[in-house]
Amino acid sequence: MDEPRIDQLTGRPTMGHEFDGIEELNTPMPRWWLWTFYLTIIWGIGYTIAYPAWPMVSGATAGLLGYSTRGEVIADIADHEASNAALVTELNAADLAAFDPQSDLHRYAVARGASVFRAQCSQCHGSGAAGAVGYPNLLDNDWLWGGTLEEVAYSVRHGIRNETDGDARYSQMPAFGDMLESSEIEALVAFVPTLADADWDSAGAVLYADNCASCHGERGLGDRSMGAPNLADAIWLYGGDSASLTETISNARFGVMPAWGQRLSEEDVRAVSTYVHSLGGGE
Amino acid sequence: MALLDKHAILERSPTLLLAFSLTVVTIGGIVEIAPLFWLENTIEEVEGMRPYSPLELAGRDIYIREGCYTCHSQMIRPMRDEVERYGHYSLAAESMYDHPFQWGSKRTGPDLARVGGRYSDDWHLVHLIDPQSVVPESIMPSYAFLMNAKLDGDRIGDLMATHRFVGVPYTDAQIENASVDFRVQADPDADWDDMLERYPNAVVGNFDGQPELTEMDALIAYLQMMGTLVDFSTFVPDDSR
Repeated sequence: MDEPRIDQLTGRPTMGHEFDGIEELNTPMPRWWLWTFYLTIIWGIGYTIAYPAWPMVSGATAGLLGYSTRGEVIADIADHEASNAALVTELNAADLAAFDPQSDLHRYAVARGASVFRAQCSQCHGSGAAGAVGYPNLLDNDWLWGGTLEEVAYSVRHGIRNETDGDARYSQMPAFGDMLESSEIEALVAFVPTLADADWDSAGAVLYADNCASCHGERGLGDRSMGAPNLADAIWLYGGDSASLTETISNARFGVMPAWGQRLSEEDVRAVSTYVHSLGGGE
Repeated sequence: MALLDKHAILERSPTLLLAFSLTVVTIGGIVEIAPLFWLENTIEEVEGMRPYSPLELAGRDIYIREGCYTCHSQMIRPMRDEVERYGHYSLAAESMYDHPFQWGSKRTGPDLARVGGRYSDDWHLVHLIDPQSVVPESIMPSYAFLMNAKLDGDRIGDLMATHRFVGVPYTDAQIENASVDFRVQADPDADWDDMLERYPNAVVGNFDGQPELTEMDALIAYLQMMGTLVDFSTFVPDDSR
């Protein structure tokens, strides 16, 4: 190995090795880079003093700035709530029965409700509120339990057929598979879709009057006081084909909705009800 | 420059460089990891957290087998947007019986840390069989085959004993009754009072609607428990974190 020497062209020392006549210069790090590096070390020490860092016996040092991720999220939420506090108070005091759709408060409720809907409701009722099989469409005029803002708010707050809220909307259709012969169910399956323009002398009509009319109404228009669906329209929650109808009549359905009053704040319940009511079907 | 010249000794010897790098990384590792094992505030004490019931534990194994963690996290970070969407931020205690934990690192789907009780059993069933039937824009694949995979729960006690070996405090009674508890949780008509006493807040139900006990039952039982155990009414956040 050669000794390091001073390179004539650059004036830098060489590393002292040479391969096929190629030598390597021993150029030091640029000053600016070196000083930046030292500064980051000093910054790092300062950071561990200012923020929680060093592990001790029972916990880490708290840091001079008193920062905590939990404290930050609590402050963040408090800030946000403070900025909406006036509107929220107004919304909670508002009379839903006489909510003016032209007011700023209504606009606020719809905007707030839309974000609640996307986070909490869209998984069942769809992100566009068009529903799915077993989960009602909220855009149309066909309401199971009532479509005024107060009735919608009641459904949201207490839910439907859940076990967690004693005031939940509740009704249960019997499973007619145990009570009727399969031929009778067949007759009903044939009759029910024709309700709008029915032949009232058919065998199905008699079965309907005996078994179904007490809840769904003489002419199949439903009864909102017990959530009995209108059967004379073309809207089917669980499907209107004969297989679905046979299943519905034989085993009944038992759709459940959680009591959102137990999970959401009062203002969120009011906001999301206002949003749903504003979608087109509100009465 | 004297110190930098000494550094040249390390740079010229690969073996020394390796040995010293390892030393530096080890020191860093000890400083960052070791304290977690003795610091008292690593895992806060909370009310309500319990080891998973046998059926939930089986469901958790299916969750891991199917790779749910690749698309779903189980970690609500302390940020306003996450807390408002998913609920209270996750606590270390909530995954203390997880071996391994399922925090995940990617959210193609939503966070599941508090999915328990958020939807009905029926929704989960329909959604796992055909996700697009309830969420049309979803890209989640179908898990309908779980309906056909029957479980008998005969070996679930062994699995629980293994978890006890790595630190989950299952009692002898829980392990002895593992197979019974496993079956009654998926059978609303059975006598599940003892099971509920051993595993408070477990959700009982015939989740898949079939007479047989299948992997679908186990997975939904697990999902319906997630994030519901801690009693937040008694929780006092420790600000030093």
